[in-house]
Amino acid sequence: MNLILLFLSAAVVNNFVLTRFLGICPFIGVSRKLESAISMGLAVTFVLSLSSAVSYMAYTFFLVPLNMQYLHIIAFIVIIAALVQVVEMFLKKSSPTLYSAMGVYLPLITTNCAIIGAVLINMNEGFGFIESVVHATGAGLGFLLAIVIFAGLRERIERCDIPKAFAGFPIALIAAGLMSIAFLGFAGLI
Amino acid sequence: MTTHIKSYLKRGIISENPIFVQAIALCPALAVSGTVFNGLGMGLATAFVLLLTNTLISLLRGIIPIKARIPCFVVIIAGAVTAVNMLVEAFIPVLHANLGIFLPLIAVNCIILARGESFAFKNGPIRSAFDALGMGLGFTIALVSLSAIRELFGFGTLFAETPFVVTMPEAFPHTLLLILPPGAFLTLGAMMAGLRHIGAKRKSKSNSKEAAS
Repeated sequence: MNLILLFLSAAVVNNFVLTRFLGICPFIGVSRKLESAISMGLAVTFVLSLSSAVSYMAYTFFLVPLNMQYLHIIAFIVIIAALVQVVEMFLKKSSPTLYSAMGVYLPLITTNCAIIGAVLINMNEGFGFIESVVHATGAGLGFLLAIVIFAGLRERIERCDIPKAFAGFPIALIAAGLMSIAFLGFAGLI
Repeated sequence: MTTHIKSYLKRGIISENPIFVQAIALCPALAVSGTVFNGLGMGLATAFVLLLTNTLISLLRGIIPIKARIPCFVVIIAGAVTAVNMLVEAFIPVLHANLGIFLPLIAVNCIILARGESFAFKNGPIRSAFDALGMGLGFTIALVSLSAIRELFGFGTLFAETPFVVTMPEAFPHTLLLILPPGAFLTLGAMMAGLRHIGAKRKSKSNSKEAAS
């Protein structure tokens, strides 16, 4: 039961993009087209779950016994960068279609603050292994949900007649703000 | 040299402002702009990290192999962020608590990697330091102005948590929405549009002046 609550809280109540402000760059940068938004969302969800599992093990079985917790930022970044690289090589060999769909977005994930943000939240909250993975998967699916809705909105905004000063980023931010108001409605859920 | 300094500062603060013009590194800008104290702290911490990493990358650019430059940059940046994180925790614990995970997240701030890659790796240490100063100040000014608007109209105070706190009278309207997450998106969107409008007006003015003369 607690795990379900944790999952829901990461996915909608504390949505990573709209209430925690993590992963705004891909959220605004890669949401012009629906297909690319879906690929980006799936790639982020996958890397997020994987990196939170690996970072948990690295932190608990390597950094803590050696008393080197203060190096956690460097360790997490190196782990995430290495994982993205491994996933990229694995996809290239095993499923070229998926690789070509996600290809461009995979390297971008290394500097996505949603990934390292989730890992840091897991560490700060003292989540166990299963909790960490559930939290990260929920966060990733929340990101997918937000970016897919947002891409749908933006495809329609592109065709609207808006003041020149608002075209592009400003109107996207305002749309994200309105979406965030809608997500505030989930606050009473848990 | 002074003209160089001026042009770097002007570029970072106005013509290529990282937030308002390039629209990069929006995560920290949106997340910690609830109060001026947090915005200023975040801006200065980022500017300091940028100064460190730009100078270091520029000094090491002869040693770093071109093919492995990104991993090298990432490790340099993460090291600098670790140092700054520990310094803030030791000397300004309130700020460390307020900024939360966004302080370590400076390590994945796009501005820092972008300046290292596009400027510091190709230029000398002094130029890189001034470039970092310009960009860092531009980021700080953007964060402070955004957070000033949100704090003033959201909480009805300015510079809360500092000795210079200004409190507005009771009758001053408080708009809670500005402090909530949507307020960050809406305020930044409106500010960006406003600045673009001013920029376009100035451009057309100078263009018509040129045409007249």
